[in-house]
Order: sequence, then C-alpha cells, then structure tokens
Amino acid sequence: MSAGVYIHVPFCVSKCLYCDFISSCGSEKDMDKYQKALINEINQTEICGQADSIFFGGGTPSVYPVEHIAEIIEVLKQKDVISNNAEMTIEVNPGTVDMPKLKSYLDMGINRLSIGLQSADDTELKTLGRIHGYHEFLTTFENARRAGFGNINVDLMSAIPGQTVTSYENTLRKVMTLAPEHISAYSLIIEEETPFYKMYGETSDSKDEEKTGRMKLPSEEEEREMYYLTKRYLAENGYARYEISNYSKSGYECRHNIKYWSRNDYYGFGTAAASLVNNERYVNTEDRNYYIQENGNPHKIKKEQMKLTISEQMEEFMFLGLRKMNGVSYEKFKEYFHRDIDEIYKDVIDKEIKNGLLIKDEKKLRVYLSERGIDVSNMVMAEFLL
Amino acid sequence: MSINQKNIRNFCIIAHIDHGKSTLADRIIEKTGLLTSREMQAQVLDNMELERERGITIKSQAVRIVYKASDGEEYIFNLIDTPGHVDFNYEVSRSLAACDGAVLVVDAAQGVEAQTLANVYMALDHDLDVMPVINKIDLPSADPERVIDEIEDVIGIEANGAPLISAKNGINIEEVLEQIVTKIPAPKGDKDAPLKALIFDSIYDSYKGVIVFFRVMDGCVKAGTRVRMMATGAEANVVEVGYFGAGQFIPCDELSAGMVGYLTASIKNVKDTTVGDTITDADNPCDEALPGYKKVNSMVYCGMYPADGAKYPDLRDALEKLQLNDASLNFEPETSIALGFGFRCGFLGLLHLEIIQERLEREYNLDLVTTAPGVVYKVHKSNGEVIELTNPSNLPDPSEIDYMEEPIVKAEIMVTTEFIGPIMELCQERRGAYKGMEYIEGTRALLKYDLPLNEIIYDFFDALKSRSRGYASFDYEMKGYERSELVKLDILINREEVDALSFIVHAGTAYERGRKMCEKLKEEIPRQLFEIPIQAAIGSKVIARETVKAMRKDVLAKCYGGDITRKKKLLEKQKEGKKRMRQVGNVEIPQKAFMSVLKLDDK
Repeated sequence: MSAGVYIHVPFCVSKCLYCDFISSCGSEKDMDKYQKALINEINQTEICGQADSIFFGGGTPSVYPVEHIAEIIEVLKQKDVISNNAEMTIEVNPGTVDMPKLKSYLDMGINRLSIGLQSADDTELKTLGRIHGYHEFLTTFENARRAGFGNINVDLMSAIPGQTVTSYENTLRKVMTLAPEHISAYSLIIEEETPFYKMYGETSDSKDEEKTGRMKLPSEEEEREMYYLTKRYLAENGYARYEISNYSKSGYECRHNIKYWSRNDYYGFGTAAASLVNNERYVNTEDRNYYIQENGNPHKIKKEQMKLTISEQMEEFMFLGLRKMNGVSYEKFKEYFHRDIDEIYKDVIDKEIKNGLLIKDEKKLRVYLSERGIDVSNMVMAEFLL
Repeated sequence: MSINQKNIRNFCIIAHIDHGKSTLADRIIEKTGLLTSREMQAQVLDNMELERERGITIKSQAVRIVYKASDGEEYIFNLIDTPGHVDFNYEVSRSLAACDGAVLVVDAAQGVEAQTLANVYMALDHDLDVMPVINKIDLPSADPERVIDEIEDVIGIEANGAPLISAKNGINIEEVLEQIVTKIPAPKGDKDAPLKALIFDSIYDSYKGVIVFFRVMDGCVKAGTRVRMMATGAEANVVEVGYFGAGQFIPCDELSAGMVGYLTASIKNVKDTTVGDTITDADNPCDEALPGYKKVNSMVYCGMYPADGAKYPDLRDALEKLQLNDASLNFEPETSIALGFGFRCGFLGLLHLEIIQERLEREYNLDLVTTAPGVVYKVHKSNGEVIELTNPSNLPDPSEIDYMEEPIVKAEIMVTTEFIGPIMELCQERRGAYKGMEYIEGTRALLKYDLPLNEIIYDFFDALKSRSRGYASFDYEMKGYERSELVKLDILINREEVDALSFIVHAGTAYERGRKMCEKLKEEIPRQLFEIPIQAAIGSKVIARETVKAMRKDVLAKCYGGDITRKKKLLEKQKEGKKRMRQVGNVEIPQKAFMSVLKLDDK
C-alpha cells in the first residue's frame, strides 16, 4: 500500500470560535520562517516508497503563499515520493482563494479541493466565528469549477448554536444544487480550550441541555434529526456514506482519509502533524516557535513517539476500521496479525451483535457498525481496547 | 536499672477535640529529653499517616519517657494518648484502664465542652485522678479565670492550682510535669503476686507476629515466661518484652507490676489476643481475670465490597488485621445480588467507618464499594421473634412484622446562647425529643435531647457546626431502643430492585428521601443504550421516579490530521470509567452511586 503525506499549515485569517486545531494568525514573515523549517523537516525525513495522497490541511492552507505550496510540492517531487496519479488535496476557506490562486493550485498538480463551508446560513456562520458568508462560498465554489476542479469536498456542520432542523435542511438543499463530489458532515463538538467551551460547556455528554450560552444549542432530539436528515438527504442525492462522517459519489472517496482508518503509513509534516510509519506513531510539537527554532529538525520536534505493540495495533485495527461503513475484514485481520479475530475479540463482537450495535456479514466475513452502533460508536470502539 | 514502683506514673491526656491534647503530648516528650527539639516531628504520637492528615488521634498510642523532677529523683512516665472524637469513646476507655491518672486539657478560650465532660466522667468511672491543665493561655481570647471556675462548677474538680500553659509555644510545660509527679498516684500492685496484666492494644508485625500492648497489674513478665490469655485460653512463650520509645519498641529484661509495655511471643493468630483480655503466667496463674472491657456494640453498619470481586480474600485479611488493634470493628460475610461477596461491617460511628475505609484503601491498597451506612434496628415479628437488623435487605416481609424499634441516643450539646434557637430547630428536624437545658456561666447552655441514632450518623455533626458557626460541641451515649414508625425504602433501577441501595427510614421522611435518592442517582448513573427508570418504592408502592434517558449519541470528533493517539486516549478514558461500574441486571452503575444516600442533604 502506498503511503500518504500530510502537510500542516498552522495559519488562519482568524480563529473560529469552536476550533481546537493548531493554528493562529501569522504575518508574511512568520510564514516564511515556518516554510523554511517545514522544507527542512521534509528534506531530512526519509520517506519509504511513493505516496499516492498529498494533503494540505490546517489551519487554512489557502492563506499560505502559493509559492510556498509550490515549493513544498517541488521538494516532494525531487524526493520522488509523489506517485503518478496521486490524490492531492488542499483545504481552502471561502474568501481566501481567487481565480489565479485556484489555477496555480491546478498547475502544481493539486486535483482536489476541500472547502470549509460549515453552513449556508450567514447567521450561523457568524455564530461560529467564520470569516465568510454563504455568498463568498458560492463564488469560491463556482470559481473552482470554472478553473477546472473536478473533485471538490464541502465541509458541513450540524448542531451549531441557533441552528434549526429547517435551517440545516436548507443548507443541505443549497449544497446539493452544487453537486460536490464529496461531503464531510460533522456535528459540532464543543472542545475544551475553545471560546465555545466557555460559552456552552460540553454538549455531547451533558445531561443539562439548558446550559445558558449566548445562543441555544439544538436539543438532542433536533441534533439527531439533523443527523438522520444528512444521511437520508445525501443518499437520495447519490452520495454513499463510506465512513461515519464522510459521504461521496462513487469513486470519489477521499483516499487520504481512508489511509487513517486503514492504518496505511502516513508522514505528517509541520506543527502538530501526526505520522504512522512502520507501526510507530509520532506527533510533532504544537509550538510553532519551537518548531521554527529547531528548524524542523525531525529529531528534535517530535512531541510524542510511540512504537505500537501488537495489542495496540489490534486495537487500532478495530476501532479505526469500524469507522468505515464496511467495517473490518476477518481475512485482513488474519493476514495482518496471523491470528483469528475471534481469538481476540469473539466475546466483544458477540456481545455487541447481541446489543444490536454490530452486524456481521457471514459471507464476506466482515463486521461493521449498525445504524444504532454508529450513534454510539465511541462506546463500541472503547470495548475493543485490550 | 531497677525501677521503683513509686517512681512510675501511668497517665493519659484527655480533652475535647482541638483543645491541644496531642500538642501537649509532644511537648511532654520533648521536655523530658527523650527527643531533641530538632528530632521532633510535629505530633509525634500521631504516627499514622491518616491521623496526621486529619489532625486527629485515632489509635491509642503509648510512650515511655524519663523525667528528672525537682525533688532530684527520676520518674518513669508512661503516657498513653487517647482519641478525642466521640466515635472513639471506646478507645478512650481502653486507654484509661491502663492508667492511674489523667491530665485534663481545657482550652482557655473555649472552656468546658461536651466531650470534656464525657471524658472526665469516663476517667472518674475508671477511678482515675484527674489533673486539670488550662491550655492556649496565650490566645487573645483566653480567659483562664472563667475556665477555672467552669471546671470547678460544671465538672466539680479542684482546678485552682491548674498549670496555665501554652502547649503550642511551650509555656509552663515544666509545671505540668511537676504536677504529674505530685498529683498523679504511683501504681499499686504486688510485684511478687502471680502475673496479671491487661491487654489494651495490639498490632501485627509480619516478622514478630502479634505485638501485645499491656499494663502489668501484679507480678512480672520476661522473656521465657509461658503466658496464657485468660479469655481465649491461648498460650505462648514470651520471646521479648519491652517498652515504647517514641515510634519504636525498646526491649528490656522484664516488666513488673505498675509498668506498661509490650511483649512478643510468636503469636500468629490475631484472634488469640483480644483487647481487654488478661495475661497471666500459665505455670503460676492468678485467681481471676481483670474485669476487662465492656464489649462495645457497633452503632453503625454498612456493606463493604471489593471493587474487584477477586480481591475478596484480600479484603477479609485486611479486615482481620485491622480488627486486631481495633476491637471496635466487627464484620461478617454477606452477599449482595448487586455487589457480590463482601462484608457487613460494624463501626462506632461514621468517622470510624470513614477511617476504616480509608485505611483499607491506603494501607491495603483495596478499591472498595461501600453501601449506605445504617444503624441496628430491632424487628419484632408477629410470631414473637426479635431480629437485630443490620442489613436492610434482610428485613422480613411487612406482614410478618409486628413493630420495629430504633436506637435512641442521649445527646448533650453545648452551645453559646445565641445559637440555642438554630440548634433546637436542627434537633427538631432530626426527630429529637427535648429533655432539658442548663445554663453555664450565663453565656452558654447545655442542651439535652434524645435523638434517633439514624438521624445523627450521616451529617449531624456538620450541620451542628454550620448552624452554630463552629461553636457547638456534641457528645452522645446510647440510651436504648424505642418503638418507631419505620419503613424500608427500596430502589429499583430498570425495574429491578438493587439490594445494596435499600435503606430503612422513618415513615414521615420516606417520601422526601425517596425523591432525593432518585434525583441523586439520576445524576450519578450515566446514560446507557436504553432508557433507565429509577424508582423509590415502599413495598410495592412506588413513591418517586426519575428517568435516565437513553444515550442518543456518542461519536468521536473528527480525527484530524490522523492524530489517532489523542482519540485513543479518549476511548481509554471511557473504558476506564466503565471499569468503575457495577453491572446490575443490564445496567451499569458507578460505584460511588452506592454511597449516594449519604449525600442527600447536600445543599
């Protein structure tokens, strides 16, 4: 299996109120310094084989100078790590890319665009602290099509404070008219250390639904309704769900995402980037100053480094694999670990099948989450920890 | 060194909690030169980690020190420390039996308190000479004159020459030592009579076996003596005798009449040496045993279960070891449908319960699930049989019950007059029966109430303190049993009765308690795959209900940039939480939910 490469761009125009990823505003000078360290990290890292997926994530990679993106791709090419028909994705935010920028991306070989829309309702966008309105998104999307992007993902979000089932349905309807190839649909999770956390507290587990924020969070019932609506609506429009939160038209599944769930090797570069190489996991420092100070030296910037034991590999195989709608394969497990899945997990699997949370396909020898199992997937996945 | 009996002083220090008993003990040890000031750790006698943390004395401890008095002679002091909390009166009583006198410490600002009285009466019961000491005289609010008057008026003992001291700042400690020599009598007892010694404590040591603490009344004991425990009949050859240094055992040749010390005799079975038993010489036994101690009855019972069922034998061993030097702890095996195998344990009070629980968890590394504490009820069945009920789930069917009785205590509450109102209100709320009030020194009153024990075991002490801004003090003793309207409140989770959550409650408060219990459990029980009704019921009648809604959603956030480690940590946390759950039927109940009933009065 080919590997993946992830490049982290920790810069944004401004920080959204719900975001807990590593990013902040940066001047041109900051970006130049970061770029230097990033190039050095890539250069000093040995990449085995070729990657068939390159992913620029953030932050907002579209605020990063186009020349820097081009340079990174150039360096990767020089290292001969990009395979011929690689999927090359860049995340963009509406209002941060114009026609020339989009064309440059295409020229460099970037063939997939991931646009962070979140909502088609301007009030909701404002609530989230987004810098754009729906109109800017439309312009960006249309420009992308005109420039020639044939593979576009749109990020959507449900359970936004103030959102109603009707407004969410409206968002879905509007997006469907544009027919993007891929939809990522998440429900808002209030993470600690975000402004939202102070405003709304924890949502998902909180039994106290009436936490007084500035805007009311959708009730649990409404949230569920939005969730089911997504599934129904997207299915009706020809999107297949292939992972808990990801939907696509046939053949447009995100190759990069699948690597995470299938435990293919991937190399992450930049602050807070994670890697899996030869069953060893790394996470880079989140501290941009430190990263720059050490000039991206791979020996200095790793915050966490962990060689996975066989048990840990099995755990991951299960809880990551179960995020995919087709679940995990008994044969693959055996091929990978030289042991039968039942030897390790029979009790858990039987129990969760009985609880109606897992389904076993006896013919294909796969086990996957049921509809109900998807709803409470954390609980099911936790069972697979050894 | 041969010690003349007339140069021995065996005494203890008694006081109301926080009047400075342990601090005075420290100063005495320091002044007698057994330890230098530098070696002194604060509160030498409180050597259990827990005691130090809570600032209280739980176990009686003994220490021997040498004092050179102004008459030029050297005296041996055996100082036996006693606990101050009302739960531990039994321990106090054990220590007193080994003494000839008691130093009574009274706070110069607070004066005589409820436990001051209780302790003095107990000392007088043991025929001890009580020698008052006024402590904390350097406090701005100190009023030693008033306190001396109070001691003479309220307690009725001579206090005029009482040393005025500050144990904390080492003022006038010399005076205390001199008075110990002059005012506390030397032990009596015939060195040549057959051995008769009182066991007042014991501990288990994995090398030496049981170490027995005792006071020799008559005769003497040394290595090689064949001793017999008169109550248990166990015999053993003494390996070592000695006395107590500060925090250590110091072997000596022999211990004779009037002396306090320890012996080891390779005794393996902790049950052979019960506290209160009499040790005699097997080859030359004394005629009759000492009166020993009144057997203490446990006042509060609860179920204790190992969180991990496989640790049941460990819990049993730990309880046996603790019981060895805490005779007031008792336990017997029981089984709960919800919690599996465990023990029903009896305690002197709630603090005692908490301390045992903490010691089991800390010293024995056990993870415990404890059920709601309750008192012992007497159930009179229609067939004339009377059951002593310690576990609510054993309550017979109501149709078989004629009537029930609950334990009542005689409580004395000392309070400054401005708080009489709030305290009387509290006692009324707790079903107290007013028995009288005495004014002391114009500004304070002694309130007397009969209170049901089950109304005071949970949080009465805290309520008392908060409603009197800390000024009320409290002591109680068992009065007896009285007939009462009691019902068993059952808790049903997902329509299944959870035996470990049942409790007995007065009929008048059952509705309120049931409602609060359901509310509390709703908070404690996490959502699960299905809706879980929580009901409180008396018999088949449901009196309160709450519902834990089914878990709708439990999905991980976006696994961004492939950072799996972080997500795995979340899953691990979830799994860890699950470990602390008990499966009852198909519902998982967190262990701490079983203690919910304790927190019903949280405001």
